[in-house]
Order: sequence, then structure tokens, then C-alpha cells
Amino acid sequence: MAVFERNYRPYAGTLTPEKRRFLILPRYAYSDVFKSRLFAIFFALCFGVPVAGLLIIYLHHNLSALKFLGLTAEKLNEILPIDAQLFWRGMSLQSGLCFIITLFVGPALVAPDLRNNGLPLYLARPFSRTEYVLGKLCVLAILMSLVTWVPGLLLWGFQAYLEPNWATANLQIASALFFGSWIWILFLSLFALAISAWVKWKPVARIALFMMFFVGQAFGHAVRGILGLSFGKLFDASGASATVWASLFGVRPPDDHPLTLAWITMIGGCLVFLWLLKTRLRAYEVVR
Amino acid sequence: MTESTPVIDLEGLEVTLGKRRILHGLTAKLTGRSIGLLGPNGAGKTTLLHTLLGFYPPSAGTARLLGHDIRSKGRDIRALMGYMPENDAFVAGLSGVRFVRLMAELSGLPPEQALERAHESLFYVGLGEARYRPVDSYSLGMKQLAKLAQALVHGPKVLFLDEPTNGLDPPARARMLHLIRDIRDAGQVRVILSSHLLRDVEECCEEVLVLKNGQIATYCNLEAERSANRSFLELELRAENGNEQSFRAALDGLGCEVAEGSRRRIKLVMPPGVEVRALYQAAVEHSVQIRHLDYRRDSLEDIFLKAMEG
Repeated sequence: MAVFERNYRPYAGTLTPEKRRFLILPRYAYSDVFKSRLFAIFFALCFGVPVAGLLIIYLHHNLSALKFLGLTAEKLNEILPIDAQLFWRGMSLQSGLCFIITLFVGPALVAPDLRNNGLPLYLARPFSRTEYVLGKLCVLAILMSLVTWVPGLLLWGFQAYLEPNWATANLQIASALFFGSWIWILFLSLFALAISAWVKWKPVARIALFMMFFVGQAFGHAVRGILGLSFGKLFDASGASATVWASLFGVRPPDDHPLTLAWITMIGGCLVFLWLLKTRLRAYEVVR
Repeated sequence: MTESTPVIDLEGLEVTLGKRRILHGLTAKLTGRSIGLLGPNGAGKTTLLHTLLGFYPPSAGTARLLGHDIRSKGRDIRALMGYMPENDAFVAGLSGVRFVRLMAELSGLPPEQALERAHESLFYVGLGEARYRPVDSYSLGMKQLAKLAQALVHGPKVLFLDEPTNGLDPPARARMLHLIRDIRDAGQVRVILSSHLLRDVEECCEEVLVLKNGQIATYCNLEAERSANRSFLELELRAENGNEQSFRAALDGLGCEVAEGSRRRIKLVMPPGVEVRALYQAAVEHSVQIRHLDYRRDSLEDIFLKAMEG
């Protein structure tokens, strides 16, 4: 089908491995997402906390820099020790940024495809619904990974490199960074995809995502406050995630959110969002 | 898969959506280069296409596409085919060339080849000049062509076209049909065309499966009809009512199969051994004037109307 010939020609070349084809979707999505200068600037700013963490670790191990600032290693250790608390705080900050990334990117992932009947075009190829969801999930998961566990583990590794005995004593921090981040990434990504699939309209999906997150939190507090029932906490995703992370890092949780309920919120939420996606993402809707 | 492998092999295929049975035990073997699925709206054409694509699971029976069973080889089938859906369908926010390239990559083409073939297929369908424009901004006709380009880009072996001329103005429709015939005549791809428009199917297809209420109303090999059905005649008569009736009875007596035409026209199939002279003799005997006599083949319209009456 060469341009100059203008006739039909079949394709007889090589094909890409099927298992990696879902990664095509993030590649196309990023070229659109980073067209927005606002988002590009925001994403660059997301690395502010990891850079600050890097400076703190560097200060801890550089006596001349400490002297220049009029500090001693002991004093700095007293003010800002490099421990689970520090990493936990850093991760809490980054998780907030993840929510903003989700608000920005998430609604545009599935809604336009459903609105413009794009799904049959994907699914009429050797490309399954699971791969579609995986591809779209990767768009958010890769972005959020870059601002959570990837820099977190790099900082952990940097500290471990500078203080050899520190790593073995703080392995829990590394695992908490990795698993805690992934729980949050999966929850937010699936939440965004499910909302995007159900609302079908990008601006409304964005508002719905924002509202449902905070409405859920407020509802949880209201049930707890008015009725005194702890199950209200089930709807408080940010409180649940903070509790889960605190338990993973081995630090004191910020409030009295029951750990079991927190895990139920995170895991149950993911399962509900997957079910919502399963019911919504079809090539054609069947009117029963 | 051999040359004689049917393109579509339906074996008691049934599809139930919700509580409604849409397809009722379809059984057929279709082998032509271009196959038409014809039927009124709601006949089950699109459901059949979607079932072959794996969008709907069969509730009973099965179907094979180029020898691949839809129940177990859905992915293999989808790797062989290109699909142009009936409704507006595109990926928003992409230019024409990026849209088609994305579809090519999802079919397994490496990025460079996908880009090259995206340009080629857009030029082929006539969207070369508009390929850098966002697909969202295309007119309806351009979107139809973009859908055809994405269905072709990966070089499928079977091309499913669902109402490809929907909403097109006459020149755009003619261009679309020309493209479909061109693809068919290239001989590299089998075309399955679903339409409720008789002319579209007649112009592009060799075999036709007429569906009615989810059942096969009739199957017709248009190529065979075109070459074999020479004894089909159309007569224009002038006669008194009573004479016309008796003339028809005389034709029946000769063994002719007579069908009602419009405005004093009748269509008939001559039995072997009966000459046209016998018709004129019968006309003289019943005081009927034959004002016009034309040899013609059984048109798809006749076949379709007969199937719908049945």
C-alpha cells in the first residue's frame, strides 16, 4: 500500500511481542499529558520533596556543610533524624501530590474512549480488556511511581550507601516505601479509571473524582461523629492509607483509624473499582 | 487453513443478549472473496459481526473464521481481521495519522512500520491531505474513511465493514464503494460487508446471506446468479384486466414462474425447453400486447424481497 502505488498491500513484517503491547497506551498518553505546560511544571515540582530529602541526607554526612550552617551531626540528628518517621512524612506529602496527578491525568484516560466509541476499535484487535485496563493503569502508575517509591528507594539507598550499618536496621522502611506506595497507587489509579469509565465525560469525571474522595472522607467523619460507628471510617480513603502506611513504617498512626478497617477500605476499594471497570468496559453495551 | 477453508463457517450459532435471543441457530458456509450480510434493521447482522469478533459470546453452537473457532481462538481471529464499526468511533485528541498508527501498533506492528503504514493507508483512502488534523474535527465522511484506514492499516486477511456507507453523500458513497471493490479485487483480503442497502451489497459482494429476525432468510451466490440465470424475463403488458389474468394463467400453464412486477410489468423465469415464441403465441391468444420484453438476471432486490416475503 505504498503512497505512490495507492493500492492495498498486506503486511508481512515482524510483529511486536503480545505481552508488551499494553505499554503502547502509556506512551501515547504521555505525549498528550506532557503537552500541558502546567502539568509539566507541576510534575517537576513533585520532585521537590525527594530533592529536599536528598539534601537532608547529604547534610547528615557532610561535616563541612554542617559546620558552614553552624550545626553539629548530633544536633541535626536530634532535629531531623533519618528514620522511619522522616520517610513516612515524605511519603505522606508525595501521596497528596499523587492525588493531584490523578485528578489531572485520570479522567482523560477512559472517558474519551467510551464517549467516542473507541473501545470497539481497541478490542477488535488482539488486545484484551485486561490489557486495556493494564495499559491505562500504567499511565498513572508509572507517573506516581516516579514521585513515590522510586525516589523513596533511591534516598533509602543513598542513605544506606553513606551509612553501611543503617540499611540492615531499616529494611522495614524500604519495604514500607515500596508496598505502601503501590497500595496507594493502585487504589488511586483504579478509582480514577472507574470514575472515568462511569462518568464518560472528562470534566465531570474530574469533579466527581474530587468530590467523591472528599465526600467519602466527610461522610466517614459524619457517621463516626454523629452515630459513633467506626465503620464510617471505611469511606475515608486518605485516613485509611495513612493508617496502613503508619503500620508498614512502624510509626504511630495520625489518628485512631482501626487498622483492619483501613485495610478493608484499601483492598475492598480496589476490588470494587475493578468490578465497576469490568461491568463498564465492554466493546458494546448490551441493553437488557 | 487452505484455499477451500470457508471464510465464515456458522454451525448452529445462537446468541442471546440479556433475555432476548438475537441469533437463532445460524448454519452456513461462506467462501467468497466478498460476502454481504443483508437484512432489514434489527435482523442480526451487526450482532453476527460482533459475535465473530468475540464481543458477544455464543449461547449455543459455534462459528469459525478462516478455520479458527470463535470460542477458543478469539485472539487469533482478531489478529487476522480489520473492523470498521457502524457508529462514529475514534480515539479523541489524536491526529488522523497518530490514530491510525496507534491502531496499527495495537495490532502488533513495530512503531516505525506502523507510522509508515498509517501514512500509506490514509493516502490510500483519500485522507492524505487531512492526516495531520485531529480526527475529532473530521466530517462524517472523513471519519468513515479514517475508520476504513484503521481497519486496513495492519494488513488484515478479513475485513469487516459494518454499514460503511452510513451517512455518506452520493459522491462519498461512490468513493467508499469504489475503495471496497478495489480492496476486494486486490485479492489479498476477504471482505465481509454488512448493510441494509441492497445496492451497496450488490455492487461489492459475490455472496449474500440475507438475515431476517435473527435467522437466515436466504443465501445467494450473486456471481452464480449473474452468470446462470439467463431465462429471467421482464415483460411490459397492455391488456384488459381479465385478459391479463388469463395470460398469466397461460404462462403458468407453460411452466413459467411468474412474479408480480409494478405498473403492468411481470417478471418470469422460463422453464428449460420453452421458447420466447410461446409467450407471444399466448399473448395473441389472450389479446394481450407485449410492449416490452427484456432479458435480465434476478436482481438482489428480487431475491431480497422474496426472502422477506417468505
